[in-house]
Amino acid sequence: MHIEVRGLNKKFGDFQAVTDVGFEIEKGQLIGLLGPSGGGKTSILRMLAGLESVDEGDILFHGKRVNDLPPQERGIGFVFQNYALFKHMTVADNIAFGLEVKKWTKPKIKERVAELVELTGLSGFEKRYPHQLSGGQRQRVAFARALAPEPQLLLLDEPFAAIDAKIRHELRSWLREMIDRLGITSIFVTHDQDEAIEVADQIMIINKGRLEQKGTPWEIYKNPQSPFVAGFIGESTIVEDVSSLRGFGNVSDWPGTKALIRPEYVEVGKSSDFELLSATETGHVRHVHFRGSEWLVEIEVGSTKLVTYRSLEKEILHPGDEVQVLIHRAYLFNDNDSWVMENKLKVDPMPVHI
Amino acid sequence: MSSLLQGRWWSWGFRSTVILYFMVLIIFPILGIYGQSLSSGWAAFTDNIVEPLAWKAVLLTVKLAVIATIINMLIGTMSAWVLIRYRFPGRRLLNSMVDLPFALPTAVAGLMILLLLGPHSFVGEWAERLGFTILFHQPAIVIAMVFVTFPFVIRAVQPLLEEMDASEEEAAYTLGATKAATFWKVILPNMLPGILSGAMLAFSRALAEFGAVVLVAGNIPGKTLIASVYIFGEIESDNTIGATAVSVLLLTFSFLILWTVNYVQMRRKNG
Repeated sequence: MHIEVRGLNKKFGDFQAVTDVGFEIEKGQLIGLLGPSGGGKTSILRMLAGLESVDEGDILFHGKRVNDLPPQERGIGFVFQNYALFKHMTVADNIAFGLEVKKWTKPKIKERVAELVELTGLSGFEKRYPHQLSGGQRQRVAFARALAPEPQLLLLDEPFAAIDAKIRHELRSWLREMIDRLGITSIFVTHDQDEAIEVADQIMIINKGRLEQKGTPWEIYKNPQSPFVAGFIGESTIVEDVSSLRGFGNVSDWPGTKALIRPEYVEVGKSSDFELLSATETGHVRHVHFRGSEWLVEIEVGSTKLVTYRSLEKEILHPGDEVQVLIHRAYLFNDNDSWVMENKLKVDPMPVHI
Repeated sequence: MSSLLQGRWWSWGFRSTVILYFMVLIIFPILGIYGQSLSSGWAAFTDNIVEPLAWKAVLLTVKLAVIATIINMLIGTMSAWVLIRYRFPGRRLLNSMVDLPFALPTAVAGLMILLLLGPHSFVGEWAERLGFTILFHQPAIVIAMVFVTFPFVIRAVQPLLEEMDASEEEAAYTLGATKAATFWKVILPNMLPGILSGAMLAFSRALAEFGAVVLVAGNIPGKTLIASVYIFGEIESDNTIGATAVSVLLLTFSFLILWTVNYVQMRRKNG
C-alpha cells in the first residue's frame, strides 16, 4: 500500500506529541521509525492505525484520505508491543479471530489458519494458550494474527522489545525474510538503532515529535542532517573546542561550532604507523576496555577526550601509553548549519616524488 | 544450630495455633451440627426434612437466591464496568460505597428496605397502584438479598477489568471486530471468571441471609418463610432436630458452592 502523511499534528492535553510530520512510503517497503522513547513514534503508528485521532493533517492510503475511517476499515494489521493476544483463546483461535469477525467460511478459515501456522513455524502449538508459550512464540502468534485477514499495511510497535537479546536477533532476520516474501508494506517502531539499521529499508528518525530525517540506514549514517541524528546513529563524542585539534584549525572561522567525532573516524598508533605525522596529534591512553571482538580505547589529546576501536590483532595498548592520534574527519555543527569536514592535513601538502 | 531449632519450633508453633483455631472455630461447630441433626437417628432427620414447611422453606430460599444472584450478575457486572471504565465526578465515592452492604448490620439494611418499600412510602404506594405489594411478599425478600450480596460480583469483576489490557480491545478493532463483537468475544470472556465466582459467593450469602430478610419477608410459613428464619423458628419452638436438619441442608449446599468457586478459580489460574 502506498502511504502518504501530510502535516500531522497530535496533542495530548498540553503535550505536543507529534509536530508537522510528513512522509511518503512506497508499496512493499519496510520502514523503521527510530527515536528515543517518548518521542512520538508510537503516536504516529497509532494514528496510522486509527487507534488515535488526528488533530491536524492528512493520512492517505492509496491516495485516499483515511483520517475518519475507524481501525476496522483501514485494512491494517497491528502487532502490539506486549502482543495483546487474547488470553482465553488458543493459538489457532487467536489467528482465526480476524477471519471470524469478517465472516469468512469455516473451511476457508481453517485453511488460512493452517497456512499461517505453517508460515510462522507454530505447527504443533495450535491448541496452546498464550500463557503456555515463550516470548518469541507469542510474538509469532501476534504476527500471524495480524497477517491473517490479509492486511495491506502491517504496523509493529516495538516488536522485539520484550524478547531477550539472543532470540531477538533470530526473530529480526525471520521477520525481515517474512516481510520480503509477503511483499507487504510494513512500518515498525523501535528505539534500538541496531534493530532499525539491520532490518529496515528506510529509517525515519523521530525526535520530540518531529521527523528529523528519512533515508536508508547508510545515507543517514553517512550524511546526518541534524546534530541529533548524527549523535543518535552510531557512537560519538562531542568535542567543544575542535579548532585546537590538528587538521581542523580553520573551524574557528565559524564561531560556536562544535564537532561530533565517531570512534571509527579516529585512528591510534605508534608514530611509525602513520605516513603523515604532521596530521596527527600526540595523546595519552586513558583506559582500554575489552569489547569481545575489539578494544575500546579512551584517549586524551590535550584536554579533549576521544574514543576509538582497535583491532585485537594490533599491539595491545596500556593506560598511560603515548600514542599518535589521527582524526580522519569530524561532523561539525552550529546553530544554523551542519556539515562533514575532512582532516585538512591528511592530504600531503608537499608531496615528494621519487 | 540453635537458631535453626528455634526457627523450626516457631513455625511448628504457628502452624499448630492456626490449626487449633480453625478446628475450634469452624470444624467442631460444623461437625456438631451434622452430629446433632442425626442425634435422634436417621428417621428423625428425614422426618424433619420431608416436613412440607421445611422443604418449602429451603426450596423458596434457593429459588429467591437464584433470582437475586442473576440480578446481581447483571447489575454487578454493569456497575463494575461503569466504575472502572468511566471517569465521572463522584466515582470514587460511589466505588467506596459499594462495600456498604458488608459494613452495615443486616438488620439495619432490613429496616431501610422496610421504610423504603412500606405501604405508606412512595415506592409502596406506587406498586400498590400497579396492583402488587412488595413488602411481606417475595419481591421484598429478593430485594433484601440483592442488597446484602451486592458487592460480591462487583468486587470480583473489577480487578479483572482493571488488569485487562486496553491493547487487547484495540487488537480486536484492528482485526476488524465491531465494538459489540469485541465486547462479546474479548471483554466478556475476560470478565466471566469474576462474574461466576462473584455470583457463587453472592448465592451462598443470599441462601444464608437472615437479618435483612426477617424484617421484610412477613415470614408466612410455606409462602414467605425462608430457611434461615425457619431455623430460628424451630429453635424458638424447641425443635433442635428440625433446626439442625435444615441447617445441614443449607450447610451442604454452601460447601458445594464454595468448592465450585475454588474449582472455577483454580481452573482460571491453571487454564
